[in-house]
Amino acid sequence: MSKAILMQGNEAAVEGAITAGMRFFAGYPITPSTEIAEQSALRLPQVGGKFIQMEDEISSIAAVLGASAAGLKAMTATSGPGFSLMQENLGYGVMAEIPCVIIDVQRAGPSTGLATSPSQGDYMQARWGTHGDHPVIALSPSSVLETYTLIIRAFNLAEKYRTPVIFLMDEIVGHMREGVELPDPGGLIINRRKMSFHDGANKQCYFVPEGEYVPAMKPFGQGERYNITGLAHDESGFPVNSNEIAGKLVGRLLDKVEKNADDICRVEEFAMDDADTAIVCFGGTARAAMDAVLAARAAGKKVGMFRPVTVWPFPEKALLARLPQLRQILMVEHNHGQMLLELQRVTRCARPIHFLGRVDGTVISPSDILGKLNEMEGTHHAE
Amino acid sequence: MIGKRKLVIEQNWCKGCGICAAFCPKGALEIVNEKVTLKDPALCVLCGQCEMRCPDYAIYLVNEEE
Amino acid sequence: MPSDLVHLYMRIDHLPQIWCPGCGNGVIMRDVAVAIDELIHDEENSINREDIVIVSGIGCSSRAAGYLDFNSIHTTHGRAIAFASGIKMANPRLHVIVLTGDGDCSAIGGNHLIHAARRNLGLTVIAFNNNIYGMTGGQYSPTTPHDDKATTAPYGNVDRPFDIANLATGAGASFSARGDVYHVRETIDLIKQAILHKGFALVDVYSVCPTYYGRKNKKGDAVDMLKWQKENLIPTARYYSISENEREGKKLLGVLSFNDYPEYTDEYAKVIEACRQKAKKK
Repeated sequence: MSKAILMQGNEAAVEGAITAGMRFFAGYPITPSTEIAEQSALRLPQVGGKFIQMEDEISSIAAVLGASAAGLKAMTATSGPGFSLMQENLGYGVMAEIPCVIIDVQRAGPSTGLATSPSQGDYMQARWGTHGDHPVIALSPSSVLETYTLIIRAFNLAEKYRTPVIFLMDEIVGHMREGVELPDPGGLIINRRKMSFHDGANKQCYFVPEGEYVPAMKPFGQGERYNITGLAHDESGFPVNSNEIAGKLVGRLLDKVEKNADDICRVEEFAMDDADTAIVCFGGTARAAMDAVLAARAAGKKVGMFRPVTVWPFPEKALLARLPQLRQILMVEHNHGQMLLELQRVTRCARPIHFLGRVDGTVISPSDILGKLNEMEGTHHAE
Repeated sequence: MIGKRKLVIEQNWCKGCGICAAFCPKGALEIVNEKVTLKDPALCVLCGQCEMRCPDYAIYLVNEEE
Repeated sequence: MPSDLVHLYMRIDHLPQIWCPGCGNGVIMRDVAVAIDELIHDEENSINREDIVIVSGIGCSSRAAGYLDFNSIHTTHGRAIAFASGIKMANPRLHVIVLTGDGDCSAIGGNHLIHAARRNLGLTVIAFNNNIYGMTGGQYSPTTPHDDKATTAPYGNVDRPFDIANLATGAGASFSARGDVYHVRETIDLIKQAILHKGFALVDVYSVCPTYYGRKNKKGDAVDMLKWQKENLIPTARYYSISENEREGKKLLGVLSFNDYPEYTDEYAKVIEACRQKAKKK
């Protein structure tokens, strides 16, 4: 039996990543993610892994992509300002299909903002921060234990789909300390990318068999000489000027996430079975939402919580399955209304959608949410 | 060790920059219609200076038997 | 049919290359291939072809990664050294060779250059230094001389230039050298030394861009620009045999700095080993 230990969210991210097989970390200090770099510096050499503190966030993600191309599971961690700097190379990782995990412990922005205060203001940046049409997988944990287990899933998805996965934490979860009982590693599923090229590939390193979406990836230095580029490329990995091939490539990149949304998407539902009102929230905000649900239930209201754990792609199927039973929805998020836009898009506003958000760096409390629920009973106008 | 060598010119690859002709110590090369040509085979001493500085790999030495 | 060397080390399906007539980049790319070939066949220092990774950024120079037939990665603008740092850390056995340009490694990527040099991470950086941004059509770069013209310096360049080899030396590079397109044999030897060097090694190779830099600055064509190199870049032995007066305006072609500081991945391996020993004692 494992014993409960007191652990911080940022620390759990590192422990989970190491369990997932992460053996390379490159990063640059930034509040509120710094503990992830510190813990990686301490822990990685103990397991034969490598840590490097780079000169900035741009080089941090570049080094991570390089290490992954050479065969290691690799990760970086940052917060808003650093996440902004990483965007170009994040897109490179998507285009060149290099697996890695990028943690963004969100803090209040814009710009330097409130460096130590919580926020969920990078939700849309996670989706659209890098230029061009591209797929994104982003996961968001709401507790210390979930940070540990979910980051393992982040690595698994990165390896399976050969793409960077964004681990969208927030200051609340990153700096929260909780007693956790870590699961027995023997019971966990750990994925690894397909390392040998497909038989029919004939040295076409980006060859994808009919009906599949993800090419195999052999690390540099293992006897296959191939080319990786961020330019539009054909299956041989070399740049092309053909619009047809470029269109096909971007189409496949988008498809590999969109067509596998059922595999990628996860939600947590709490008291949703008979709920007529759903509080939709993600990450650290779920802590207050869950308290509010309990209090509302005690007052006889049929309120439940619907929490996307996979925040990109948005788990639309799961939400639409709940829609018929719902009278109204309350979106609670630590920003000015970002997931709200997804909610409106997915439901086509078929139910009134109310919104509770915050951009002043203070936390949203259960009583804020209860107040909003009461207010909603007095009005039925969509905001 | 090195057998008899000869000069090969791959005119399709030549962009006519003239570097090889300018630095040929014997003046054996010239550019005609934007392509390198061997003006006088008798002048060529097979030194390989042209191959070393050709940016386009359009001129080089090979062993005769090949 | 190209030469055996080209056939063996370049991806001939992708040749002839896209560079302009007289561009020095093709010569430097061949220098790199010859240097590697000679090292592969060097009985004393033999290196394994499969252990070579070519990393490039963005710009004219960076197209070289696609032409050379090795493990190759063409990365983002300025970040080649940062990508290379991750590759080298992940697998220190690899010979990681960065092919970059003056803008790529000393403007947008300047920060990565100086920090990789400071760490003494065992990369080989070959800078194709043509004094201009060629790919975008001739804007001034950090190595465009003061007063020279560029499309973004129509009245003459106000900036003062970097000397990339000296910059690397100043940042602590344990090997820094200067080569050019005219002195082919000397430059190949410098590249070989750089590849064999255990720590961070940079060769600043003066290229020529007759199309965007030469023409605009009345420096003549490619031939004239190579003649300038012949007269103004002086190989080591001769450089130190001529008088101070004769050196005026000339540059040393050869090794500028060399020392045997401990290499970064070796140092990190010691950290891992110390952790292992500590765990054993417990």
